[in-house]
Formats: sequence, C-alpha cells, structure tokens
Amino acid sequence: MPTLTTVIWIVVALALVGVYLSWTAGRLDRLHARIDAAKAALDATLLRRASIAQELATAGVLDPAASMVLYQAAHGARQAEEEQREVAESELSQALRAVFAESAQLEAVREAPGGHETASELSAAVRRVPMARRFHNDAVRAARALRSHRTVRWFRLAGHAQPPLAFEMDDEPPPVLADRGHPSQG
Amino acid sequence: MRIGVVCPYSWDVPGGVQFHVRDLAEHLIRLGHQVSVLAPSDDETPLPSYVVSAGRAVPVPYNGSVARLNFGFLSAARVRRWVHEGDFDVLHIHEPATPSLALLACWAAQGPIVATFHTSNPRSRAMIAAYPILQPALEKISARIAVSEYARRTLVEHLGGDAVTIPNGVDVGFFADAEPKPQWQGGPEGHTIGFIGRIDEPRKGLPVLMKALPAILEAAPATRLLVAGRGDEQEAVAQLPPAMRENVEFLGMVSDEDKARLLRSVDLYVAPNTGGESFGIILVEAMSAGAPVLASDLDAFEQVLDGGAAGELFPVEQADALAASAVRLLADPARRADLRKRGNGHVRRFDWSTVGADILAVYETVTDGAASVAPDERTGLRARFGLARD
Repeated sequence: MPTLTTVIWIVVALALVGVYLSWTAGRLDRLHARIDAAKAALDATLLRRASIAQELATAGVLDPAASMVLYQAAHGARQAEEEQREVAESELSQALRAVFAESAQLEAVREAPGGHETASELSAAVRRVPMARRFHNDAVRAARALRSHRTVRWFRLAGHAQPPLAFEMDDEPPPVLADRGHPSQG
Repeated sequence: MRIGVVCPYSWDVPGGVQFHVRDLAEHLIRLGHQVSVLAPSDDETPLPSYVVSAGRAVPVPYNGSVARLNFGFLSAARVRRWVHEGDFDVLHIHEPATPSLALLACWAAQGPIVATFHTSNPRSRAMIAAYPILQPALEKISARIAVSEYARRTLVEHLGGDAVTIPNGVDVGFFADAEPKPQWQGGPEGHTIGFIGRIDEPRKGLPVLMKALPAILEAAPATRLLVAGRGDEQEAVAQLPPAMRENVEFLGMVSDEDKARLLRSVDLYVAPNTGGESFGIILVEAMSAGAPVLASDLDAFEQVLDGGAAGELFPVEQADALAASAVRLLADPARRADLRKRGNGHVRRFDWSTVGADILAVYETVTDGAASVAPDERTGLRARFGLARD
C-alpha cells in the first residue's frame, strides 16, 4: 500500500511543520510581550526623570536662568507627541548636562531642605534611562531578527503588527550625577 | 522582592561566579529581599539556607577543559519545579550561554529574566553550532548584564544585542578593616610582595613573576615574596637560584580573613596573569585593602585599574618590565602612597552598596510593567496540543 504510506508521511511532515510554525509564532509573541514590557519600563523611567527635573526647576534652588532652561526641557519632554519624543527627551538630557555642568549646582540642590533625596532620586533617574533604553532596544533587535527570518516572512507569522522601532536618543547623564566613585550617591 | 538566582557551577567548588552569586544573595537578603539560589551541588555538601540543590553536576569535556554541567530530564524537572514553587518576581541567571543549569532555567521559565555574562571566551565552535538552539532561550532574557566592558564587547560580537555593564562587587569594608599581620609586613630592611592565585595554573602568571624575581632581588635583596594559593611549591621555585628560594614564602590555601590580612600587609601586590581574565576581582580586593597594585596589561585589568590611573600596568608576560616596575615602586614610598590613595577612591564603585543598587535598579526596570516569573508551558510538547496538566 504505497499510497497509504505516502499519505501518512505527508501527514506527519505537515504536523511537524505545524508544530514548528506554532512554536515560532509563540517565540514572536513572547518577544512582542517583552518589547511591550520594556517600552512601559522605558516610559516610566523617562517620565520619572522629567518629573524630578520639573520639580527641581520649580523648587527655586537653582538660579532663574538654569530653572527656566530645565523647566522648558522637562515640560517639553512630558508633553511631546510620540514622533517628537526622542528629540524632546534628548533635549532634556542636554539641558540636564548644561545645568549640572559644574558640581556647585548639585551642591546647591543637596543643601536645600530635602535636597539630598531629590539629588539622589535625580541621579538614580538619569542612570536608569540608558539602562531601560538598552533593554528596550535589545528586545527590538531580537524581534526584528526573528521577523526577518524567512519562515516568519513566508507564513506571515508576524501578522499585521508594525515592525517594532528602536528608541534612539541622547541619554548621556551629567558626569557629576553619573560618577559612581562618589560616596554619597546610592 | 522575590528573587531567584541560578548559579551554573557547583556550589562546593570555589570559583569567581560562585563567590559573586553568594555575595549577591547575601547582600540582597540583608536588604530584606527573599532570595533563592539554585545551584548544582553534591547531596552531602552542607548548603546555606538560601541555596536549593539542583543535583550533582556531571563532569564532561567541554570547550577544551572538563566542565561540571547539569543537563538531562532530571535536572530540567528540578529547574521547572524550583521556578514554579519560587513564584519569583525576577529570575537572575548567570552564564546563560553555557550548556548547563542557566540555559535550562532560561528554557523553562518565562517572565522578567536578567542574565549576567561573566566570561569573555573567544567564540567557540559549539556556540556557533548551537546558535539556533541558544537563540530562542536567550531571547527570553529581558536584561543582560556584562561584568566588564570587555565581557560586554564579546557578548555583542557573539550574540548580538546589547548589555549594561555592572562590575562584580567586593565588600570593600571587609578588606579595608582587616588587621595587618606583622610577619607579612615589610620593614625598613626589606619589603614584601604579594601574589594570590593557583600556583600550578600558568595563566595566573606565577612563572612570569618567578622569572622577574632575580632582577628584583638584585636591586632589593631583602625583598620577600608571599605566595598564597594551591599547587606544587617545589616546582614553582625550580627555576630560581637556590640562594633566592628563601625569599619566597608559600602560605598555601588561605582563608578569606587571611587573604584580606595578607593584602593589608604587603607593600606591593603583583598580578602577572597572562590571560583568561574577564574581570580581575583580586585587583579590586587588593586596592580595597590599600595595597598598591602592579598588574599585567590585560584588557580586563586595564579597565579595573581605570586605564592605569589606580594601579600600574606592565606589558603582559614581560618579566623584565615587571621587574623594572616592581623595583621602581619598592624604592618609591611616595608613589606607593599615591597609588594607595587613588585605589582607595577608585574601589568605591565596586563596593556591594553601589553594585547591589545597580543590580536592583536592573531588577526594578525589568519588573516594571511585567508579570512575575512562571514556568514556560510552551516548551512542553503536551502543552502545544493542549494536553498540559497544571
């Protein structure tokens, strides 16, 4: 019964292909979930940074010019539309670097009442942005690599989901806030 | 936070990764977190309360040496049960690219997974062949940590993607507060040089130091070399002229306390390693104890020593250069005091308070907006056909 054997083999082969496709779709699904979580975490860290910057700008511990620069940038970062977000966040990084170019500003913040907590919150926030962004972009890269795989393309396993985009911005923290050698930063 | 840590290497065998996992777990427990460590170990070995045994590791030849690894159905089942029972907020696995417990954990779990890459191995054939198998497991990792810029570069080249750099931690206070031991201290008549590491492991570089010793003793005849570490002592001094052998003291294996006291006592710590280092924790320990450091210019060492600012470097395997630098440093108390001071400031970034805060920041970043760790049911074939039981 050669026909029956052939049919059985075809069925087995199709089943194996099906298992493989379902497994690959599962991988892709999990990667998209990972991107969503990473994106949420990145959003949270960016928002935290902008909030603390805005708090500092309105607290009156910095000189008026620095306060205005910082307020403007922090406000811009919080209000930015999705397409302008990368630019606005980069501008906040630049503003923070400009304001905290010298350690005297940081000392001024620390000396204000409750300033010690604010200073350590700010240094934690500026350090976490590059971290969260790296994790996000790593997830995006892994997803893009899998999506470009021919199995995924031929069988349209990615569905209609838009290809994920990396978040590109200038996230260099001000040197005085990023210095891990300083004992008073936790 | 409930944290699950996977250590791929046997708990009963001392090693850099094991010590890192132990110190990390104890640091996190002190901060009030719930930590469970899954590690291979013999059933007879007494384990700390936070360690769960994953069974015995099997010695197999892998990547040019005999590695003790865990694999097979039994280990996989144990990993799965541990993940299920632990109900962790975050899973932290170490060395996920070795075919061992870490890879099994990566395979068996889903949710926020953090991975630390310790080694900077050159790309191996096995890894290239295993890439299609490795990739689905590795792409579950939400956050990658490399212990040095060097380890990060290897990771990026081999596996793609990116990682954050967080160095290995050291309990700086433990080394800084150790009591110096008078018989290990140098005096006006002669200084002491320290070396810690396996004597019979050429990559630790004792032969280079032995080659440099005659020149050092010629310039400063009363100098003593203190060697702490396992190995054949007779063989180590075989190259040395008999008259000079008295200047070498072997201390054998030393306890953590004695190691700290030794580093506190010596006038110079020499790290002549010739390769295979991805971090160089011993240099941080020496700097913490206030010992001036002279090290070979391996990539990893150069980075730990801040490009030569926190300690002196010499070209790797160049015994003449080592001897010249050592002689110069021993004759220059001002330079040694300067190195002590620089080292002291530099090590703060390696203290567990700093490193632990950074690792926790990673945990918090990946758990933000993510569910907790759970067994990955998709990996079971039964699950795929909807037959899995809970």
